Amino acid sequence: MKKKILLSILVGVIAFLFIIPLILTITNSFMEPSQVQNQYENVFNSNNKEFSGLKFIPDWISLKQYYNVLILKTNFLKMFWNSVFMVVPIILGQVIVSSFAAYAFAKLKFTCRDNLFYTYILLMLMPFQVTVVPNYLIANFLGILNSFLSIIFPGIFSVFGVFLLRQFIKKLPDGYIEAAKIDGANHVQIFLKIILPLSKNYIASLCVLLMIDYWNMVQQPLIFLKDVSMHPLSLYLAQVNKDEISIAFAAATIYMIPVLLIYLYAENYFVEGIKNSGLKG
Amino acid sequence: MFLCPGALVFCKRGDILESKFIRKEKWIGLSFISPSLIGQFMFFFIPILITLYYSMIDNPMSKEFVGLDNYINIWNNSIFLRAMKNTFIFTGISVGLIMILSLGLAMLLNKPLYLRNIFRSCFMVPLIVPSASILMVWQVFFNFNGTLNNIITTLGFDPVDWMNSGYSRWIVIIFYIWKNIGYDMVLFLAALQNIPKEQYEAASIDGASNIQKFRHITFINILPTFFFVFIISITNSFKIFREVYLLGGQYPYEDLYMLQHYINNLFNVLDYQMLSVSAIYMATFIFIVVLFWKKVENKLDI
Repeated sequence: MKKKILLSILVGVIAFLFIIPLILTITNSFMEPSQVQNQYENVFNSNNKEFSGLKFIPDWISLKQYYNVLILKTNFLKMFWNSVFMVVPIILGQVIVSSFAAYAFAKLKFTCRDNLFYTYILLMLMPFQVTVVPNYLIANFLGILNSFLSIIFPGIFSVFGVFLLRQFIKKLPDGYIEAAKIDGANHVQIFLKIILPLSKNYIASLCVLLMIDYWNMVQQPLIFLKDVSMHPLSLYLAQVNKDEISIAFAAATIYMIPVLLIYLYAENYFVEGIKNSGLKG
Repeated sequence: MFLCPGALVFCKRGDILESKFIRKEKWIGLSFISPSLIGQFMFFFIPILITLYYSMIDNPMSKEFVGLDNYINIWNNSIFLRAMKNTFIFTGISVGLIMILSLGLAMLLNKPLYLRNIFRSCFMVPLIVPSASILMVWQVFFNFNGTLNNIITTLGFDPVDWMNSGYSRWIVIIFYIWKNIGYDMVLFLAALQNIPKEQYEAASIDGASNIQKFRHITFINILPTFFFVFIISITNSFKIFREVYLLGGQYPYEDLYMLQHYINNLFNVLDYQMLSVSAIYMATFIFIVVLFWKKVENKLDI
């Protein structure tokens, strides 16, 4: 009993340390912009020899930072929508393309299936540094550089969704499919009427993982989008921190709200998704 | 399709359906994956061949075939060497550390604890929160005029320029672990929870010590997960560029200059040959790691 309490406290302290950066960002976002300026200006002024700490609780609570970010800075909202316009098509596209492929890999037999699947896994494990060069060459060839399409297409065809959904669909009992065959259903019907409804939760898991991954992307826009006005929020924030420190915390908080909400709402889908990315095929 | 109607009479209805399905399945299977496959060919397979081609020519203008010259010449490039060195040092240290720490954390969370689910959620928060959004806190903490120096100067020590010294590598390693430990932890936790309790009970009856239990039960059972986490941690470690870029920009302190910085800067000058060569070197490295993983897996029969 005593051991349980001690261990809980130990783990609790570590867990708290893990979320401190998040708490600080949120509490500081309610600080008066001028106070943020005074508090943290020193930190980035290299001539200064004074040290300043992080402030946990603002002196008084104000929504001025949010007002400045959302109403006064028009480019913030533009970048927010840039992020949305890249992430949403990737999620929709990848779910559609990969659910079909995942069903075939999991439940149908065709030539070269297993070899093809190994190739997919290998491709999935390749880091971005490897795939970015071929992606860039083809985007250049298609003339879609400097447009959202150059990021959306490789995103849609990323093999992660195929892999994850296959792991899930493989677990569905073959009996359902056999029964439907006897009843005279063809594979398209089986897929649409049986597999998809049964895979709803799995697809939700995939969506959550994709959302979190692509909402946070930095490398792709950095290479494919030379036009700064097309950049997503992630790159914009790095800039705000340097130029307009007074609104940085509110901008950061708004940026993380979509993923935080999804996480709070769909934590189990998220965990299931990660777990199944690790199961052996 | 060539079945004559009469054949129906001679076999059971189920057999006909079965064989028809298997023959058709081949084509249906291919048509189901075709959207994905076409995408792969277009955005990955074919461009990879082009990458291979670019890696073996002189320059995109003259297109003279030079064989493996580019592969050899890149080793004379000091910036490439530094990027390579930093990436490997970083990957080596951080993958080792994260595997030990995440396994330890998973084992702690596998014990009966109060508020266990809340704690587990806390460890996954860094995974979902975009790095750019907590960047400010990170910068204020480690900047020369920042919090950490504030603390150590009050304690009477000299301030340290954390991000522009040998310490910077460790700060990035801490960032990587903070960010990614949740992923590995979830995988380990799932594996730990799948170990049958009876094995531990039997071992206890036989008088096994905790260390023996760990070696002969826990470790053996989580071995497949262990290898998977190893591979995932390596690929995740290559993503650290994101955090390094956000913290240090295009030209960070020299210890932090990663392969991805090198590749990015090549994109700025559009040096296709060197880009292709470094991508292929990296792909080969991952390929070898995966082969090694498969070999070990087959050998251990897991």
